[in-house]
Amino acid sequence: MSVVWTMIAKRLGLGLLTLFVISIIIFGATELLPGDLATSILGQSATPETVAAIRKELGLDLPAHTRYLNWLVAALQGDFGTSLANKRPIADLIGTRLGNTLFLALYAAAIAVPLSLMLGILAALYRNTVFDRAANALALTSISFPEFFVAYILIFVLAQSGLFPSIARMDASTSFGEALYRTFLPALTLTLVVTAHMMRMTRAAIINLLASPYIEMARLKGMNPMRVILKHALPNALAPIITVVALNLAYLITGVVVVEVVFVYPGLGQLMVDSVAKRDIPVVQAVALIFAAAYVLLNLTADVLSTLSNPRLIHRK
Amino acid sequence: MATLVTLLWIAVAIAAALGAGWLFRAGAVAVTRGPLARALRGAPLTAAFGMLVILLYILVAIFAPVIAPFAEREVVGSQFLPWEAPYYLGTDNLGRDMFSRLVYGARNTVGIAFATTALAFAIGSVLGLLAATVGGWLDQVLSRVVDILMAIPSLIFSLLLLTIFGTSIVTLILVIATIDATRVFRLARSVAQNIVVMDYIEAAKLRGEGLWRLITREILPNAMAPLVAEFGLRFCFVFLMISALSFLGVGVQPPTADWGSMVRENATLITFGDVTPLLPAGAIALLTVAVNFVVDWMLHRASGLKE
Amino acid sequence: MSTNDLKTAGLSRRGLLKSATALGAAGLILPASVRRAMAQPKRGGTIRIAFASGNTTDSLDPATWDSQFVQSFNTARNNTLTEIAPDGSLVGEIAESWEASADAKTWTFKIREGVTFHSGKSVTPDDVVASINYHRGEESKSAAKPYVDPIDDIKADGQNVVVTLSGGNADFPFIMADYHLVVLPSADGKIDPLTTDGCGGYVLDSFEPGVSVKMSRNPNYWKSDRAWFDNVELLSIVDAAARQNALITGEVDVIDSVDLNTVALLQRAPGINVLPIAGNQHYVFVMDTRAAPYSDNNVRQALKYGIDRQELVDKILQGYGEVGNDIPIGRQQPYYNTELEQKTYDPDKAKFHLKEAGMDSLNVQLSVADSAFAGAVDAGVLFSERAAAAGINIEVVREPSDGYWDNVWMKKPFCASYWGGRPTQDLMFSVAYQGGAPWNESFWDNARFGELLVAARSELDDDKRRAMYWEMQDLCANEGGTVIPMFASYVMAHTDAVGIPEVVGANQGMDGLRAIERWWFA
Repeated sequence: MSVVWTMIAKRLGLGLLTLFVISIIIFGATELLPGDLATSILGQSATPETVAAIRKELGLDLPAHTRYLNWLVAALQGDFGTSLANKRPIADLIGTRLGNTLFLALYAAAIAVPLSLMLGILAALYRNTVFDRAANALALTSISFPEFFVAYILIFVLAQSGLFPSIARMDASTSFGEALYRTFLPALTLTLVVTAHMMRMTRAAIINLLASPYIEMARLKGMNPMRVILKHALPNALAPIITVVALNLAYLITGVVVVEVVFVYPGLGQLMVDSVAKRDIPVVQAVALIFAAAYVLLNLTADVLSTLSNPRLIHRK
Repeated sequence: MATLVTLLWIAVAIAAALGAGWLFRAGAVAVTRGPLARALRGAPLTAAFGMLVILLYILVAIFAPVIAPFAEREVVGSQFLPWEAPYYLGTDNLGRDMFSRLVYGARNTVGIAFATTALAFAIGSVLGLLAATVGGWLDQVLSRVVDILMAIPSLIFSLLLLTIFGTSIVTLILVIATIDATRVFRLARSVAQNIVVMDYIEAAKLRGEGLWRLITREILPNAMAPLVAEFGLRFCFVFLMISALSFLGVGVQPPTADWGSMVRENATLITFGDVTPLLPAGAIALLTVAVNFVVDWMLHRASGLKE
Repeated sequence: MSTNDLKTAGLSRRGLLKSATALGAAGLILPASVRRAMAQPKRGGTIRIAFASGNTTDSLDPATWDSQFVQSFNTARNNTLTEIAPDGSLVGEIAESWEASADAKTWTFKIREGVTFHSGKSVTPDDVVASINYHRGEESKSAAKPYVDPIDDIKADGQNVVVTLSGGNADFPFIMADYHLVVLPSADGKIDPLTTDGCGGYVLDSFEPGVSVKMSRNPNYWKSDRAWFDNVELLSIVDAAARQNALITGEVDVIDSVDLNTVALLQRAPGINVLPIAGNQHYVFVMDTRAAPYSDNNVRQALKYGIDRQELVDKILQGYGEVGNDIPIGRQQPYYNTELEQKTYDPDKAKFHLKEAGMDSLNVQLSVADSAFAGAVDAGVLFSERAAAAGINIEVVREPSDGYWDNVWMKKPFCASYWGGRPTQDLMFSVAYQGGAPWNESFWDNARFGELLVAARSELDDDKRRAMYWEMQDLCANEGGTVIPMFASYVMAHTDAVGIPEVVGANQGMDGLRAIERWWFA
């Protein structure tokens, strides 16, 4: 077991380093974007005097590295500051949105992960049959439509008939059941978007093992094909499956801005895009770090689980 | 009743597709020889259909100016004309011929997607294989850089980069290829890591084979299957990426026709039950399915399973 | 001239404005279903309005209100000194009345008594002074700064507020109706720009930037014939399809900025009414008149003849608008030059002007983005297609929407832009056409035009003033650097349940930003 603990400690350390580098990249990239908060807030109404006044008040006239260091020192003390654009504390801005983002991601994952594992296993079991081909073709068709288009089709079919709401409004008073109902369409959209990838990987990972001698052996002994897959193939195929599930979970948390826009769902993606457009650097930084942390943690979890699923990796020579 | 009719049409379409696949396979077997013909004879109908579709797309892309009745950007009439000759699929919101734009779209879209994916694989797999083979500090540096790039959400990262560098087709290809290359790198590296510990690699090293030869002759052929599978999906994700980017306001420059942007431009119509946006979306979907059918077949051959 | 004379002059000006805008009102033909809903206003209900704008970075600070979402919600929360009535005339709001000195340099506003903020505090002249001062001066970060810059001095005098201008301006009270210049409570001569307080018809309950605003009726509102809804919910739904779907599925009652590509389909949906309002909003392609080849007026004229205006109105606006004539003045405005020849698409004339400029063909780049105006990219493509017939090759460059106003507008020599229009001709010309004005996007600097503008600003004889404005429009159309191909209507949509007044304000979208307090449930 100590192998696992060492790995976790090492990876967390690397993760912190990753976050640090990302904060520099995001800061640099946002700096490189033409314009700054002053010009983007004033837009067509900007005049040189008002732009200068805003820059002065917000300290945007300081050199970039000074501003970055100021931010870093505060952030290291746990203070992410306030939004430059609307002066609200960033912790408040992010709090509910982070909750919403996680809620939707978990909701979609709760449907998509079991569904895609099941379909993947069945497709491997009935490989090259009509079922396999049809499941594959359907899954591929669903991922070849852009997300917003899938969303529009679902709205047309399921919302215009009055079955589900077309916009997923949430506030503090929304009950859990109500929230599940309201966010059903965005969750379904995301399910359609991520299922194909996970299903195909499950199928491929299992089929990859079916030619191995030990599977051959089990089959020759007359074992039921479903049992062969579940007892012998699946445990050894877990590592790649876990990796791809983790990747898709990370996507559900960090990549769903388009779905948020279509369903008017107040999540972090929209906040990030808006803040980039307004060059509100502290908010951009905070959201980017949350996204990066989610990615690092999910990847770490995936690696730990893969290691645990394979005794050979734990008792490495 | 309507559902039944729809189902019937779907059944007819599938039957027609399989029939076309069968004819194509028969034709292909007849004109080829040797191992290729033998391989083709064993191809399932789905793979044959996939190859047929890919071939058709390539032909359309190459001969677009011959096939399309109108120029790509020409405004031929008023907007949203019905599906009648000479505008077989009607006109778009500016009065340009929809059929011609779809045909030119094949050229632009498939071209961009292919260039992007090829570039991503060239960068990603070379670096990935190199990292796994050489190991040590090179592996550490490359892996950490890739970790960092992958931890930034790809859509937002490309939005940032495209805003900084502008949205010409070349920057679009470079930006998406760079982001995709990180994914390919990870895959190539993890696959190659399992290969480099094999005895035959050890033997090749002892024979004194150079690094380049080792990678191209010994490792790459054995890592090909998962890379090809990944290629199939990545290829299609490029369309989606372009479409999502045009949703957020950056994308291919007008008046160039590309399917991703065409879906975006007409997408609102679908919420009124108008099927226009299904045309470019369907074109993307058909290609995705076709490419992956072929990929599945190649994977199956590589896995060594008999049935 | 005594104060009395000026007052009559002011009155007659207002009278003139009224008769002129009646024209605009007559041009507004409402569908039968809308007229049916026009019963007597009554109280009650929760109105839900979806806006195409709204951003997670939105702020309560009046210096920053940049979109219809924040503008509408803050206009419901607050009052300004004056209000532009639906017919385009000016009426008092916090100011009960106003009068000017003989040279129109000093203006005295009498502040209405008995108006209170939501907190219970009375609205005083000091609050007004502090609120205006917030936008003035060196330190000002306000988008409205150029409007209040001509104010030399502003002070409270009993129940009055006295404003001294650096130069005479007969239209000054119109400026005080600007949505930035709301009256907020002050302490020690300063307002708190982030206050949630206000003196308007609705009290702010919650504000989630980029998501929603909830407000409830102010029970002490001084206007008895306004603010009919009990509660208001404003949503930001940026995606056009999502907005229309929300209306169709009954999740909202009103939407702004209908997607024109599908407006015909939306109109067919049961229980939905499309409400187009023709105003002064216009879409433009603007050239930098200092830069070659646009410094040659023949090139500018060639481009003006090379654009098919009617096609743009048909295909970009779906008919919801009017052809423009390269002047930023709407047909319903009082000094619109009716005798100016309307430019039409004429490749031969365009070629003629090119030849005059010594060219056979012209290659230019046109920078566009849909953040300049909805459909700008498509409009650029159509412009390019038509101009080709005159030997003008326009390469359309789609710029990123993000940062368009900062990186492209007034930086690239030929680009798309838009103007919401201004309530008075003087304001429109001063803001965007006067040489050296901060938003003079074409950098056009015409001496004669400048002279006329200053003279007309304080000219009180109506005929003389009209003659001056007509000449200015002539100069603008035939020498200016701005192609104004179309005037776009504000296109909104609402359900049958919503009652709409007979005359809807055209000075801004959403009934001059005041739909919330002017509309009701039928």
